[in-house]
Amino acid sequence: MGAEMTGADIVVKALTDLGVEVIFGYPGGAVLPIYDAIFAQSRIKHILVRHEQAAVHAAEGYARSSGKVGVVLVTSGPGATNAVTGITDALMDSVPIVVLTGQVPTHLIGTDAFQECDTVGITRHCSKHNYLVKETARLGPVLHEAFYIARSGRPGPVVIDIPKDVQIFKARYEKPGVIGHKTYKPQIKGDRASIEAAVEMLAAAERPILYTGGGIINSGPVAAQLLRELAKLTGAPVTSTLMGLGTMPNEHPQFLGMLGMHGSYEANMAMNRCDLMLCLGARFDDRVTGRLDAFSPNSTKIHVDIDRSALNKTVRVDLGILGDVGGVIEDMIKIWKSRGHKPADLEPWWNDITGWRARDSFGFEQKGKELLPQHAIKRLYELTKAQKPIISTEVGQHQMWAAQHFGFDAPNKWLTSGGLGTMGYGLPAAIGAQLANPGALCIDIAGEASIQMNIQELGTATQYRLPVKVFIINNEYMGMVRQWQELNHGGRYSESYSDSLPDFVKLAEAYGWKGITIEDADGLDAGIAAMLAHDGPVMVDCRVTKLANCFPMIPSGAAHTDMILSAADTLGEADEDAKALV
Amino acid sequence: MKHMASERHTLSILVDNEAGVLARIVGLFSARGYNIESLTVADVTADHAVSRITVVTSGPPPVIEQIMAQLDRIVPVHRVLDLTALGPHVEREMALVKVAGTGAARDEALRIADIFRARPVDTTTGSFVFEVSGPTSKVDQFIALMREVGLVEVARTGVVAIARGAEAV
Ligand SMILES: Cc1ncc(C[n+]2csc(CCOP(=O)(O)OP(=O)(O)O)c2C)c(N)n1
Ligand SMILES: [Mg+2]
Repeated sequence: MGAEMTGADIVVKALTDLGVEVIFGYPGGAVLPIYDAIFAQSRIKHILVRHEQAAVHAAEGYARSSGKVGVVLVTSGPGATNAVTGITDALMDSVPIVVLTGQVPTHLIGTDAFQECDTVGITRHCSKHNYLVKETARLGPVLHEAFYIARSGRPGPVVIDIPKDVQIFKARYEKPGVIGHKTYKPQIKGDRASIEAAVEMLAAAERPILYTGGGIINSGPVAAQLLRELAKLTGAPVTSTLMGLGTMPNEHPQFLGMLGMHGSYEANMAMNRCDLMLCLGARFDDRVTGRLDAFSPNSTKIHVDIDRSALNKTVRVDLGILGDVGGVIEDMIKIWKSRGHKPADLEPWWNDITGWRARDSFGFEQKGKELLPQHAIKRLYELTKAQKPIISTEVGQHQMWAAQHFGFDAPNKWLTSGGLGTMGYGLPAAIGAQLANPGALCIDIAGEASIQMNIQELGTATQYRLPVKVFIINNEYMGMVRQWQELNHGGRYSESYSDSLPDFVKLAEAYGWKGITIEDADGLDAGIAAMLAHDGPVMVDCRVTKLANCFPMIPSGAAHTDMILSAADTLGEADEDAKALV
Repeated sequence: MKHMASERHTLSILVDNEAGVLARIVGLFSARGYNIESLTVADVTADHAVSRITVVTSGPPPVIEQIMAQLDRIVPVHRVLDLTALGPHVEREMALVKVAGTGAARDEALRIADIFRARPVDTTTGSFVFEVSGPTSKVDQFIALMREVGLVEVARTGVVAIARGAEAV
């Protein structure tokens, strides 16, 4: 048995034993004992953010870019409630994080004490699991279990609420051995017979498609390698969700690009016309499927997922395989090879795809001085790709343009808020990624509206000398809102104009950043070069044309085949059913 | 799947008997818009470590399947069983039914209670409290008849259920 320690010391010791190197946090009354314990050591680095929401997004960026668990420490009451958006974001996007929240002492719980809130109640449905630890002796086991739950199975956020007295009282702590759990036992290994069946279906398909998602990234870098091998063996086209970008190299001839609402024409058409869909670690999100009753009507569907509730949730599949997607792909490859399968003759299918590709649905034409946002992102990609940057985004048109025009060749390089769509995600996520990858080029592709939602984090980057870059696609509109108002609400731009914008250069400078303005197309390359040349943090205010729309687009509730490719195809005012959809 | 016919299913959920576990289960039903027709819970092992929650819910088959999968994701859940799908099982509930009246109505209430094997567990000169148990339909029927002879109020347990045969689930 270990020696007696205070609860706060147990927290720090357990985190150290768990290999934690960085904590993102913000102090307050209910966590002061833990801050005291942090003060007394040097193994774990604490990053002081400027807002608790940003602490969670930073931990997400850290986790997604490194594959490690992100850790957050916040105080009770407002500290915990400020963290809720981030926790929900991590749940939606399956990001492994552990959030430690302070709580009022146990004897005051339930009395409406100062800075008391029902943290476990509030986070019950936005966390994968949560705990209220009422005895100091439970702290060690709970922390180790929380990490296990956060990172295993379908990853997600775990919240541990720790009353202040529990942090002060003493108990013995011992590093546990292998963590098991009596009720939580994720199924990792896919069912052999089902995998064999899947291989036979794939081998027999004439128009197969691999529909891949963030699950492949969560499964680890090997899973992306295995996917590439499976693609090679089968010769099948591959498309990816927003969350899965990077699992297939962007330039790979079999890669059709992102699918879904703002995905490529060829990806969506191939999804619609395929005879066999193999869904690997994606979840048939409404942004991907469009109108459900018209979604890929004639295909046989196989779904591999580690979360049983993802199978048959919105789309009925013919074969569901529960298990870790990397392992299942590995088994598929082995079975494919051992049975001597060769790629089927997919030539007619590839001919169709080539025809759809010829529409060049992501195409745009940069003419004159007025800068197109697509062009700005494309050039940013071309001028930085040699450095294999890590890209985060905010939410809006710029996010979709980044997904369309920035190419990713490896997993863990693309950090975006897909499920919750949280404006304010990108800057803290870039900060977290920079901490996990000190030498990497980390760029937040931002919108001028979104960036203001966690703008205070400029200070965090300055304090820790993090050379993150913020590249604002400044269209002076909440562009995505404006686009929907243009397409669905008769062009009535209600409250979507970004008025009274700050002078971003001066703002950057006020925080000790370098600020750069790109006025037009002529200044683009020089502006990007200046950004890259500066070894500290840089904010670029890139002025783009104001009214560009993000195409292609499948309007909410429409079928894949009803894709709008350009402004010329747009409908008038949407009907009520369409307006009711998000 | 919204247009498929709704079915009534009785689920048994074995959970760790820890603080907040019921809130997780019930909260999942409300958060995801599932029905709860009845719910019972009590710990069922000698060491009080495991509680058995019986939920009667309704929905089209894919929704029932999704409810099972979602429940299974909750960390302190040991097992989720769809007793309706698993086959023969026994469902029972108990009600306490208060009836007030005198004269013929009072006599009639007693007679009906006798037929339903309902026991009077409290009596005053002007009232009875009957304890009745059985399948939901029987309890419903008893209460409906009592309505005609002076029903005052009802307390029901909700359904508890167990699979038939020698095996444990
Ligand atoms: C926290 C939050 N509030 C509101 C929204 C709704 N929303 C989605 S995109 C968007 C506009 C974003 O504007 P900007 O950051 O300028 O990006 P742009 O679309 O112009 O590229 C809004 C308000 C959101 N996603 N997140
Ligand atoms: Mg904008």
